Amino acid sequence: METSVVLIRHMLVTALLLGVFAVLGTGMVALTHHNTEERIEQNERDYLQRTLNTLIPPSEYDNVLYEDTITVESRELLGSKKPVVIYRARKNGKPVAAILTPVAPDGYSGNIKLLVAIRHNGEIMGVRVVSHLETPGLGDGIDIAKSDWIKSFNGHSLDNPDELGWRVEKDGGIFDQFTGATISPRAVVKAVYNSLKYYQQHRDEIFGLPEQPQKEPSHGAA
Amino acid sequence: MAQHDYSEITRQGLWKNNPALVQILGLCPLLAVTSTVVNGLALGLATLLTLILSNVTVSLIRHYVSPEIRIPVFVLVIASIVTVIELAMHAYFHELYLILGIFIPLIVTNCSIIARAEAYASKNPVGPAFVDGLMMGIGFAAVLIVLGGMREVLGQGTLFANAHLLLGEMARGFEVIVIEDYRGFLLAILPPGAFIGLGLLIALKNVIDSRQEKRLQTAPAVSTEATAGTA
Repeated sequence: METSVVLIRHMLVTALLLGVFAVLGTGMVALTHHNTEERIEQNERDYLQRTLNTLIPPSEYDNVLYEDTITVESRELLGSKKPVVIYRARKNGKPVAAILTPVAPDGYSGNIKLLVAIRHNGEIMGVRVVSHLETPGLGDGIDIAKSDWIKSFNGHSLDNPDELGWRVEKDGGIFDQFTGATISPRAVVKAVYNSLKYYQQHRDEIFGLPEQPQKEPSHGAA
Repeated sequence: MAQHDYSEITRQGLWKNNPALVQILGLCPLLAVTSTVVNGLALGLATLLTLILSNVTVSLIRHYVSPEIRIPVFVLVIASIVTVIELAMHAYFHELYLILGIFIPLIVTNCSIIARAEAYASKNPVGPAFVDGLMMGIGFAAVLIVLGGMREVLGQGTLFANAHLLLGEMARGFEVIVIEDYRGFLLAILPPGAFIGLGLLIALKNVIDSRQEKRLQTAPAVSTEATAGTA
């Protein structure tokens, strides 16, 4: 009888101790979270703002880009089942450009997330790859950190070149592929072309819809 | 164990019992991250910090934790520390976090940390536990850096690329282009390159060790005894 009392006592003390450590550990994490939360959010906003500014120069708009957003869905043209964010740049209330965030679903490995900035008149201001898993040294040339290839879209639009031109050179188009990698550039070219199509079909809607601010920046580390 | 031989702890951590080369622990982050020196250094520092903090904490609480709940408490301690480091890194080294982010939580699964907690820190006072964490951490980080350097030179022909992400703007000029107009060597950047590189490092260590041993054997008997006595 006595041994079981001792045993139960021991079990209770041990369980309590484990509980205390759990509370202490969680408390420490909670405290750190509380102290860094604001800074982390600020970092993510700054990072997003910097990325968006490489596409649309800050002098060309005067609204807050990461607040003036809408979400749209088009699996066919924007490559994702999930809603996709569009950032809208305006100056003095007039639309300047839109940044679409399509996904190229047919990369060599996994989704390629893109930012496509389109001027109000339908001309491309810039394209950037936000995240990808393409082969290092081959397909990753789509990344601005590795090569300037992605800049070759600048200035083009839906009818410049024509539909046949919106392909990689190997398929008869005007856009380079890289040595040893056709799949990644092909996927990006297609996604950019589809974004332009989407933009043409929905331009007034894109700039007309009321603001739907994002809770979370959609382009974090992914 | 009244006397703790700090130089022996140091030798264990850096060489004789190196977490990466001898214990072969923590391979997941080791192989995944070491594509450049800077990535290796950053993960090495994060792991070093975790090892020191967890060793010290575990040593401090070693008298209060009963054996039954030892392991869950150690895991809890390590997980909390790593989460705090991750949050701090996200807040203060955001760009680097974007590169290493997904590997930081993986430090929790680096077995060398719980191995040190269980095998050393839970049985020794704070001082030696701290030195053990420091030396094991440096030993691990050194392998990350060397492997990162090997893969970076072979894979993309540079050294210290992106140093500014870790060390601030002044480090932007640190990048050394070792091989001009290098087309890159894909294998070195991909995971197989990491395995082969680590294998070569382990082999190199074994060669050095066996040379050392031979030298001791051929030396006069008296000095062998003397060396064995101090080792």
